Amino acid sequence: VSEGLTGVPLLTDQDERLTSDFLEGEERKLRDTWKYAEGFFGWCAETDHKRIGRRFVITAFVWFAMAGVLAALMRIQLSRPENTFLGPDLYNQIFTTHGTTMMFLFAVPVWLGLAIYIVPLQVGARSICFPRLVAYAYWMFLFGGIFLYTNFFLNTGPDVGWFSYPPLAGAEYGIGKRPDVWAQLITFSEVSSLATATAIVCTVLKLRTPGMSLNRIPLFVWSMLVVSAMIIFAMPAVMVSSTCLILDRLVSTHFFNQAEGGDPLLWQHLFWFFGHPEVYIIFLPALGALSEIISTFTGRPVVGYVSMILSLIATAFIGFGVWVHHMFATGLPQLGQSFFTAASIMIVAPTSVQIFNWIATVWTARRLRLTTPMLYALSFFFIFIIGGLTGVMLAAVPLDRQVHDTFFVVAHFHYVLIGGSVFPLLGTVTFWYPKLTGRLMSEGLGKLAYWLLFVGFNLTFFPMHLLGLAGMPRRVYTYPASMGWGGLNMLASLGAAVMALSLLIYLVNVVVSLRSGALAGNNPWGVATLDGATASPPPAYNFVPSPTVGSREPLWHSEISPPPVVGLSAAKREVLVTRVLDAEPDHRYEMPGPSIWPLVSAIATSVMFVWSIFNPWGVVWGSIPITAALVLWFWPKRGVPPARLAADAAAGHLTPREMVS
Amino acid sequence: MHIQSVLHPAGIEAALVSRLWWVMFWTCAVVWVAVAGAMLFAIRRGRTRVAPANERSVFRNVLVAAGISLVALVWLLFESVLTGRAQENVSTKDSLHIQVTGYQWWWDVQYENPVPSLQVTAANEIHIPVGRAVVVDLFAGDVIHSLWIPNLQGKIDLIPGRHNTLTLRADAPGIYRGQCAEYCGAQHAHMALVVVAEPAEQFERWLSANRAPAPAPVTPSQVRGKEVVERGPCAMCHNITGSLASARTAPDLTHIASRSTIGAATVPNTRGYLAGWILDPQHIKPGSRMPPTGLSDEELQAVLDYLETLK
Repeated sequence: VSEGLTGVPLLTDQDERLTSDFLEGEERKLRDTWKYAEGFFGWCAETDHKRIGRRFVITAFVWFAMAGVLAALMRIQLSRPENTFLGPDLYNQIFTTHGTTMMFLFAVPVWLGLAIYIVPLQVGARSICFPRLVAYAYWMFLFGGIFLYTNFFLNTGPDVGWFSYPPLAGAEYGIGKRPDVWAQLITFSEVSSLATATAIVCTVLKLRTPGMSLNRIPLFVWSMLVVSAMIIFAMPAVMVSSTCLILDRLVSTHFFNQAEGGDPLLWQHLFWFFGHPEVYIIFLPALGALSEIISTFTGRPVVGYVSMILSLIATAFIGFGVWVHHMFATGLPQLGQSFFTAASIMIVAPTSVQIFNWIATVWTARRLRLTTPMLYALSFFFIFIIGGLTGVMLAAVPLDRQVHDTFFVVAHFHYVLIGGSVFPLLGTVTFWYPKLTGRLMSEGLGKLAYWLLFVGFNLTFFPMHLLGLAGMPRRVYTYPASMGWGGLNMLASLGAAVMALSLLIYLVNVVVSLRSGALAGNNPWGVATLDGATASPPPAYNFVPSPTVGSREPLWHSEISPPPVVGLSAAKREVLVTRVLDAEPDHRYEMPGPSIWPLVSAIATSVMFVWSIFNPWGVVWGSIPITAALVLWFWPKRGVPPARLAADAAAGHLTPREMVS
Repeated sequence: MHIQSVLHPAGIEAALVSRLWWVMFWTCAVVWVAVAGAMLFAIRRGRTRVAPANERSVFRNVLVAAGISLVALVWLLFESVLTGRAQENVSTKDSLHIQVTGYQWWWDVQYENPVPSLQVTAANEIHIPVGRAVVVDLFAGDVIHSLWIPNLQGKIDLIPGRHNTLTLRADAPGIYRGQCAEYCGAQHAHMALVVVAEPAEQFERWLSANRAPAPAPVTPSQVRGKEVVERGPCAMCHNITGSLASARTAPDLTHIASRSTIGAATVPNTRGYLAGWILDPQHIKPGSRMPPTGLSDEELQAVLDYLETLK
């Protein structure tokens, strides 16, 4: 037993539990213990974080494709003045569903899905925390999306905007059940995101492998930790507001009805208190992923590790103090507004530190490789920065009051969200595709799709800045020919066609590479993080033996890595729980296996959510099956008898604490 | 082409914003070129192998760059606050008061006056005198709207239960266009208005002309038209001072013939469009609150003849 880098005594390489014979036996047992559930029932009961993460990502991309088609329809409608391709009723449903899908069913869940897959690997864990909760989160996400699109195709899609301002979304002016559909979709998405965020926070804080103290956590994991914390703080605001909206519509509570003492502005405060952090919830995971990509393809750690983390945290904090810049036109007092102007301008400062750190990283690259993921990462500096700078302009109250709710803002946030999140996402998917599938995506098709997207994107969204300055408001289904906006709109629509072509090529690349891509091996790109230390795709148990880390870049400095974790039972789904700050071993914990109850609970919850749109009694009767499902889900298991614990100890499956003594 | 443009200001407030825009545009352009250029340079440098740099001095450069951007940000913050103050400080002495109420999907315009008989009601068209401050009191009749006349001033929302004001001053005569900027339902796209800025005496002439009630019809067809308006569906919603039609839930028609557009600046106010509008507004503006009227051909022509006298 020698002194490990973390101060915890660990076993040496000579230990018999690290001989290849012993490990082969372990692997056999682990494969049996952690094996994926089989058959259709097994598919429904699956709780493995890789399977669930993959489902999350694929499902999110399906909704992305749907919302993309809706965007294309809008661009066709707006390509000519006074076009009659879509009427106002359909157009308004389309733009609402497009925005709602992109924000709630794509941009957040897709990163959460990637994190569900990658975070446990990067922290060297065998599983995510609360795997059943994560499975439940997936089903809620899936049912929420199906619910939205079912309504959209039944012509009851929401049509009051993704922000659903009352009174337009209130009982008096919101027609039929359309705003209820929107509000309940938000509830689905809140439940799903909160559950996932909780699991990620716990995984990062408690399941890190020994040696991975806070100052050695990979930057992607850091960003997901910060984002998950943001979700936990931001989501309750929209949860409260969407619930109040439903209550207003269902049982006339008048939260937002000024005629009865409510206040429509209250909605805006609550919604944007969530809504602005939401933008950073979409954007920060991309920053983490960019760090991983840039570090990998420059062959060096990102410059200024600590400043990168502090920037993430600072952005998260300030992100909660800027919501009023969505409300500059509501006539709030000017002095109050100027504080929000200051905060909105200053939030650029931490991001600028990150940007300069990345430039410095590329500047001092050991070996710069311009692969497809790296191209996507680099385009951030040309596209996102335009969005960031127009964001500074929008923080100025006088200027915002001119371009607020115009196409200038549409251009701004597409530059921010596509440049800051979708470009990095497409790069990240290319980057982790081999880990998920075992094969690499084609570089040729990848670069073709990349350049088409780069051109198409700018062609689509750059003209929108000019349209906004020329007076074109957002959310209009048509415009008069005499306004002279036709030319730029046509250009934007042509750009959208190029974007569609590019994304189609990307999709073809994803599908074709599944079969014909080059075999990846464990670590095709040469990443520094633990996800490169296991097979692609990883086995169900992720690692054998579980690696520990002795530096921030464990795979680049294997010479200082302490020996791996031993002593976890291979006969049970055991994981090693470590301490929050220094990741010292704390205790062993048995993870639950596959279970059908998350799915059953999700079905029960969905029935209640949908029922409550039509009848308040749905809440009452609908909660009975939910309670029943949850009780069965959490039905306690019999404890492990002391005799078996003793047998475990005798067989060498010791807890780390026992190991120490 | 420039009747709804932020960058073609015709009033002091919009001019201040336009100036702020160019300050910000050039600052941001320089920043973008610097950052993108630095990245391109870094890529070039990263591809040629150079001896590894000193990590400390690299990070020091990062801090210097961040410091420079902080200075630029603070500068822009000051520019923004100062512009806001300059806008606030535009004198509203001797200002004209107009009350605008937003409805789905049109604008009710009242020229306020302590003497009720001197008040003027209009719709979807605002006349203002050049060089005199105008304080617009904003109210919402149903949902949230936002009044935006880019050539003159930024937008302010019309919120149910709240009273907002918008101050503007036109410095050049001309015809400008404004539009609702807060999504307000099916016909948000067709909720525009015309702003006519004219010399003071011309404006006073317009105002006093609009104080007058509608003239009595002269020709038999006009008389018949007035009768149809008063006894038919029109009077259920519209007001024509000087006739029996006195409802207030739709645009005031007392001086409709003097306006250049109908349907909240949706189509030009010509006899053809007006006829189409009266017969079936849902064709021009689907979702509009005005139902098809079902007038016979004879009734329609008579109504058109009468409306054309409402100058």
